[in-house]
Amino acid sequence: MRHVLPHPALSAMLLIVWLLMANSITIGGVVLGGAFALILPKFTQPFWPDRPRMRFGRHFLGYLAIVLLDIVVANFQVAWLILFRRSRDLRARWLVVPIDLTTPEAITMLAGTISLTPGTVSADVSADGRFLLVHALDVADEAAEVARIKRRYEARLHRIFA
Amino acid sequence: MSVIADIVIVVLLLLGAGFALIGSLGLVRLPSTMERLHGPTKATTLGLGALLVASVVYFRARFGVWTAHEALISLFLFITAPISANMIAKVHLHRLRTGAISEPDSIAGPPPRPGGDGEWATFEAPRRDTPASTANS
Repeated sequence: MRHVLPHPALSAMLLIVWLLMANSITIGGVVLGGAFALILPKFTQPFWPDRPRMRFGRHFLGYLAIVLLDIVVANFQVAWLILFRRSRDLRARWLVVPIDLTTPEAITMLAGTISLTPGTVSADVSADGRFLLVHALDVADEAAEVARIKRRYEARLHRIFA
Repeated sequence: MSVIADIVIVVLLLLGAGFALIGSLGLVRLPSTMERLHGPTKATTLGLGALLVASVVYFRARFGVWTAHEALISLFLFITAPISANMIAKVHLHRLRTGAISEPDSIAGPPPRPGGDGEWATFEAPRRDTPASTANS
């Protein structure tokens, strides 16, 4: 199984994206998409040498739901700040978030989530991979914001990349 | 095409256009580069989302077909938006450090250093055998 499908999640994603692009489910589409799903993971194997195991179960779906909800909320918050807050009242701050995640993939997910959600953009990772540099548009309490990021996103990613 | 579908499409289009406008406004009026980055990465995500849902509703009501391309567009947007924001932020950090630009208007001030003895990955190559490096083993 591992030999034929070295990366089942990538294969599934390729097939789904292919069918979405074709915008119809036909036998030809499934065969061609299935061929790509079998061949591409094999050829790209050298690009992901020690990828972590991901669990696409309950925790993953819960994480997606929370992030989608936060994105909607984030849009209204940022729109409010842009429209009604004067620049000199804006409490923009740099945050240094210590990270306990141990794989590049998990840290990338965390950084991407931070960039998409309320008032924060991740700017950089430290050279030893233990800190994220995050710019926040408006925070009252920096320590509380860092704790919120760790509790809301990092703790959940820990369970997905277990 | 039913009137209800028309109304839904119009509301979604206006919502999307409104958020796109606010995002662009943020780009113009926020004081410095890092604050300006918040406009396009967030306020426009929902704007584009609303426009894409409007497109789905339109094709369903007008031609009676469900389209899936909108789902793909939002997937690609969610992957690319944080990465382009990250690239802009890294270039910005670099230009601040080398003195190519100075930012008197910045609210947050200069970026802090990470804890420990390290530097940010923009200034120091990711160290081997740490989570920042993909060249392990």
